[in-house]
Amino acid sequence: MNKPEPIKTEDQPLSLYAKREPVFNRRIDGKFRRLKWGIMAICLAIYWITPWIRWDRGPYAPNQAVLVDLAHRRFYMFSIEIWPQEFYFVAGLLIMAGIGLFLVTSAVGRAWCGYACPQTVWTDLFQHVDRFFDGDRNARFRLYKAPWGPSKIARRLAKWTVYLLISFATGGAWIFYFADAPTLHHAFWSGTAAPVAYATVFVLTMTTFVLGGFMREQVCIYMCPWPRIQTAMLDEKSLIVTYKDWRGEPRGSVKKAEKNPGKFGDCIDCNQCVAVCPTGIDIREGPQIGCITCALCIDACDRVMAETGRPRGLIDYATLEDAEREKAGQPPTRHLKLIWRPRTILYFAVWSSIGLAMLFLLGTRVHTDLTVAKDRNPPYILMSDGSIRNAYTLRLRNMEGRPRQMDIGIEGIPGAVMWSEDMGRDQASRSLTRTVPADETQSVRVYVVAPADNTEQEFTFTLQAEGDARESDEAEVRFDTPEG
Amino acid sequence: MANKRVDEATNTETVGHEWDGIEELNTPLPRWWLWTFYASIVFSIGYVIAYPALPGIHGATQGVLGWSSRGQLDKDLKAQQEERSKIVADLAITPIEKLPGKPALMNAAKAGGAAAFKVNCVQCHGAGAAGSDGYPNLNDDDWLWGGDLKAIQQTLIHGIRQPGDDQTRMSQMPAFGRDGLLTPAQIQDVTSYVLTLSGKEQKSAASQRGAAIFEANCAVCHGPDGKGDRQFGAPNLADAIWLYAGNREAVAAQINNPRHGVMPAWGNRLDPVTIKMLTAYVHSLGGGEDFAEPAGAAQTETQSEAEATAAE
Repeated sequence: MNKPEPIKTEDQPLSLYAKREPVFNRRIDGKFRRLKWGIMAICLAIYWITPWIRWDRGPYAPNQAVLVDLAHRRFYMFSIEIWPQEFYFVAGLLIMAGIGLFLVTSAVGRAWCGYACPQTVWTDLFQHVDRFFDGDRNARFRLYKAPWGPSKIARRLAKWTVYLLISFATGGAWIFYFADAPTLHHAFWSGTAAPVAYATVFVLTMTTFVLGGFMREQVCIYMCPWPRIQTAMLDEKSLIVTYKDWRGEPRGSVKKAEKNPGKFGDCIDCNQCVAVCPTGIDIREGPQIGCITCALCIDACDRVMAETGRPRGLIDYATLEDAEREKAGQPPTRHLKLIWRPRTILYFAVWSSIGLAMLFLLGTRVHTDLTVAKDRNPPYILMSDGSIRNAYTLRLRNMEGRPRQMDIGIEGIPGAVMWSEDMGRDQASRSLTRTVPADETQSVRVYVVAPADNTEQEFTFTLQAEGDARESDEAEVRFDTPEG
Repeated sequence: MANKRVDEATNTETVGHEWDGIEELNTPLPRWWLWTFYASIVFSIGYVIAYPALPGIHGATQGVLGWSSRGQLDKDLKAQQEERSKIVADLAITPIEKLPGKPALMNAAKAGGAAAFKVNCVQCHGAGAAGSDGYPNLNDDDWLWGGDLKAIQQTLIHGIRQPGDDQTRMSQMPAFGRDGLLTPAQIQDVTSYVLTLSGKEQKSAASQRGAAIFEANCAVCHGPDGKGDRQFGAPNLADAIWLYAGNREAVAAQINNPRHGVMPAWGNRLDPVTIKMLTAYVHSLGGGEDFAEPAGAAQTETQSEAEATAAE
């Protein structure tokens, strides 16, 4: 990080590359730590449990609640089933996720980074593994400095094994979103799953192992674009983790402060805020790219303030604007009041209207669809009795999880009749009935024949599906004739 | 490096150079970033050895894996053929009259036929199989030589008026005018009569005269009512469809000095499976006829059924 280091002397060669400074964050407890625990538990539970939730869709569709069925081009999410042409729902969800992030960022800063980002969640998990095997900050630091010996090797191997197990569980869970989880689980362990499943698990296991176990905060600092985007989205009204320097400076230990009352600020320079930081930064240097706003330093500082009998909140969520106000001696604004401002309300309005629009579309969408493609070469055929025939390819879409009978009819062209490829002209009439299999699109080639005295005109194919809703659709098409 | 200092605005150390007041902040890359760069260099060396990479005068280096884009295409084509081989084998042993009983095979045959049609047939029959002057439209319900699967297959294998093929569809209409069989006036009369058959002209004195001439000269092939005869490929003159236009000039010209179209015998150019595919496709264009059920049909049916069973 951009930490001012002692100026190197001239004989020290300048390096273009820097070694990573490992982070040994101290255990801390507090309200933000407990919030982090809670969000971590929810995120991990959602990730690991979701593919195993069953959802009965009848005999013609998979019974997995959340399933991205790439092979059959279906996306299932509880009672929602999305076909490829409805991908705008997924696009809408992504847009909502994007605007949701704008909303959260402008209101409470990088809360996503601090609590819910997978990189943060898994880094946190791995840091707890560190703590479990190697002890807290000082012990881990000592072990890091210690020469390699049997004890260190054993500890490291044990720890890395646990890293790998967690990584494997992480990478392994991913594939269950793309196939029936119990079946794939069985196939995976019996060695009969698709090679791509093993490859995916391997790749995701290794990325989790490396990114969560070793790269950690460097992903946020060097690799992730989001911190940059968020930094640009923060403004003077966003709540961010702030060190109140006007209150803390100049720093001085409790003893010093007792000797010289009034000379020192509230910061006793105990470095607890640095010790607990999962990305190893010093929040007292101000807002910076390495700060994921997990607020653990607030927990640490509040504890120290309590122990030294000073008011809490030397490090606290505050807006830059409020910081100025507080510095000038005015009381801080309530956080809830800070969150609601035109910018966040606008984001929320956009976010919720997209959500409502999607819900409306989902609620009113029709599960029956008719599309018609006319044969254009030849546009018409003269039959031996002088009548004129046009050919059409009808696509009947049944988006319900059961086979449905659908009636096709013609509106227009007096005297015209139709028949389909699989029957003879002698069976021609003005309506056809087809049973479309569950969750499928059926293609029917239809010939429409009209008496010779017809001229070129538009007419309509109608589609009526059986069922309580009596869903229907229609398509207007052209009928070509020689004179036309 | 005497000018090193900490920049106040960014709280970052400078590297110590200074050019006309411009300094550089010291923000070193992480070391592992450098290692990923080295790793990608190592990977590229392996890649260059394994795959065609370095350009030369006559071509690029081959690469030890022997991969080439042509080889890849060849492999893909072979895989495609492999995929189709089952359908091809099935089609080879399935007699054409059994095809309608196997919808999946029929559909595969139609798809294959559509592709083969584009290569071999569109030159005369057109991309939409709608034909043109002298080339029959294959979409309609009018067939010169029969429109069931077997008849279509027969036409495809042996062609029409194909010299050197014994079983080719053969017919010849006499040149009534050129060879002096009818006088020009008689030709005009019979033309009038022919055009009344399809309602294109009203009955007249000329057509009355023409009726007798038709009876004597034409009915033997075209039938007494002019409905044609598929045995001779004699067109139906009473319907709306004309191979060479249905106006007075065209009909008279045909009687005077008839044109005879030729279709190649595809049996010695295409393999039997492709012919079956083409048959299925042409039959599916909207005019395909079911098998007529004459007396002998049942027997043929059982016979071919026995053949199919034997083949399976």
